Amino acid sequence: MSRLIVASIGPASSVQDGGRPGSQRYGLTPSGAMDRLALATANCLVGNELFAAVVEIGPFGASFTARDGAVRVAIAGAPRNADIAGKPVANETSVTLRDGETLTLGFARGGAFSYLAIEGAIRGEPVFGSLAVNARAGLGSPYPRPLQAGDEFSVAAATGGPEQRIELPKPPSGPIRVVLGPQDDEFDDANKTLFLSSDWKISATSDRMGYRLEGPVIKHLHGHNIVSDGTVNGSIQVPGNGAPIVLMMDRGTSGGYPKIATVISADLGRLAQTSAGTAFRFTAISMAEAQDEARKFAQLLRGLPDRLRAADTVELNIEALHDANVAGHAVNAVDAATWQTPAEP
Amino acid sequence: MAATLAPTLAPPRLLPSGDSAVTVEFSRTIDDAANQRVLALDRALTESGIEGVIEAVPTYRSLLVHYDPGRIGFDALGDKLLALASQPQPPTAKARRWRIPVAYGGEHGIDLEDVAKTLNTTPDDIVARHVAGDYRVAMIGFTPGWSYLSGLEKSLHMSRRQNPRLLTPAGTIAIGGVQTGVQCLAGPSGWHLLGRTPVRTYQLHRNPTFLTEPGDRVTFFAVDHKTFAEQDRAAEAGKIIAELTES
Repeated sequence: MSRLIVASIGPASSVQDGGRPGSQRYGLTPSGAMDRLALATANCLVGNELFAAVVEIGPFGASFTARDGAVRVAIAGAPRNADIAGKPVANETSVTLRDGETLTLGFARGGAFSYLAIEGAIRGEPVFGSLAVNARAGLGSPYPRPLQAGDEFSVAAATGGPEQRIELPKPPSGPIRVVLGPQDDEFDDANKTLFLSSDWKISATSDRMGYRLEGPVIKHLHGHNIVSDGTVNGSIQVPGNGAPIVLMMDRGTSGGYPKIATVISADLGRLAQTSAGTAFRFTAISMAEAQDEARKFAQLLRGLPDRLRAADTVELNIEALHDANVAGHAVNAVDAATWQTPAEP
Repeated sequence: MAATLAPTLAPPRLLPSGDSAVTVEFSRTIDDAANQRVLALDRALTESGIEGVIEAVPTYRSLLVHYDPGRIGFDALGDKLLALASQPQPPTAKARRWRIPVAYGGEHGIDLEDVAKTLNTTPDDIVARHVAGDYRVAMIGFTPGWSYLSGLEKSLHMSRRQNPRLLTPAGTIAIGGVQTGVQCLAGPSGWHLLGRTPVRTYQLHRNPTFLTEPGDRVTFFAVDHKTFAEQDRAAEAGKIIAELTES
């Protein structure tokens, strides 16, 4: 067994995984990683199950030291500078810390959350099948609270396998997509249009419970009190002051404010990674489109292992080059997988 | 002139809640009949075992159904839910009944005197009215174990506080609007605090973790503050303080 010591860490950092659905009828929210794609990416890079427990790191810096043996890790999510003893470490690439070495991460350069996956995954005592920290309910493991300097994880000794990188598709850009409802009829057309045509910014007071939005005041048709009903990740509720709040992974399971729309599941991680103060917009899509996007997103997650490449191959993102219309239909000569003609189905 | 209206069993409305959940809404107001239909659909859904359903969350007036859109689509699931909701309700199984001790007033119920003043009566009378109630767990929500109870006597209906408190104690027994409830964890609340119970409706390392289920019956009885302190210590150690009967 090796250990990974949290040498330093900022606020809003905790152990998270795929979450614990199944007990919402008792008021227990599922929690789990704010950016599921980044969670799955980090885990994939070190050969873990996609939704295994990792360290979710908030926007500030952090550092981790290996003890009693080597520890293999990977970071994904919000881009940040990373180094081991001054030698740069790429994001979305696995790296092995030798005994005594420290991985130092800088502030998030854009985005908010990064995910540090450890080969063999973080161990602990699952509560309802998950290690995810829910600080308000006092649960999560091995630490049922945000992480602090000095915390440590018992982890598998690094297997010494070849380091890997991953080729992710270009992330979607454009507005955050929503499906209107469940209470869009509590708002008139002018206020729905205002919601969908305005620039919004995420307030600095946002957290894992909810992202408070700054922008125009959205007015209700019949006041702001409804009889409480259930909430989902991405519910956009509008309280009395007219400033919408997007409910995130540590939301209350029920709420008494009208919900004008719901962020589609494929875009929730993208919203979670929108920096405070960056302007963005919402756009409404149909239920059929939203469900299509949800299925495509699930497919992307399942297919992540097929996107792994040996870390020492030249780092060329063909899809990104193609999108930028730089490479035409050129291929990456260094990576055999990209120049073998795929078999016709 | 006693033209009786046929019982209105209007079909519920299906409200989209993103791409992975649908709200089945029976009423827009707190309505006992609607809550019974919510709990009946919840039971029917559990028994139906519809492919792709992950979990359901009953509330006063609606059932929120979480599902995997990779396994069932909105339209197909919606049709099945409406069909289940239109079935005649099976007779309800025997309700479980919890008897829950409460230390009313003083430091444990800091709003009791104000509530009595507002309603032009004495604190003892408020307690008498509150313990006389026969309540049902209409929903559990917001934070773990917070049991929202229907059945509060009309004379105790009060609007919520103008300024919600940011922190109210674990075990708070309070009234707000037409509701009363057991708030398990410390947290914000805009309700009026009548007392505290040593009963933990949620306790992490206890079996069962959650005591109450939607549909359970609840009655309260008063205990003195010394008994509360003793029971609170026992409850902290994992003892289940509430008495359970079937009725």
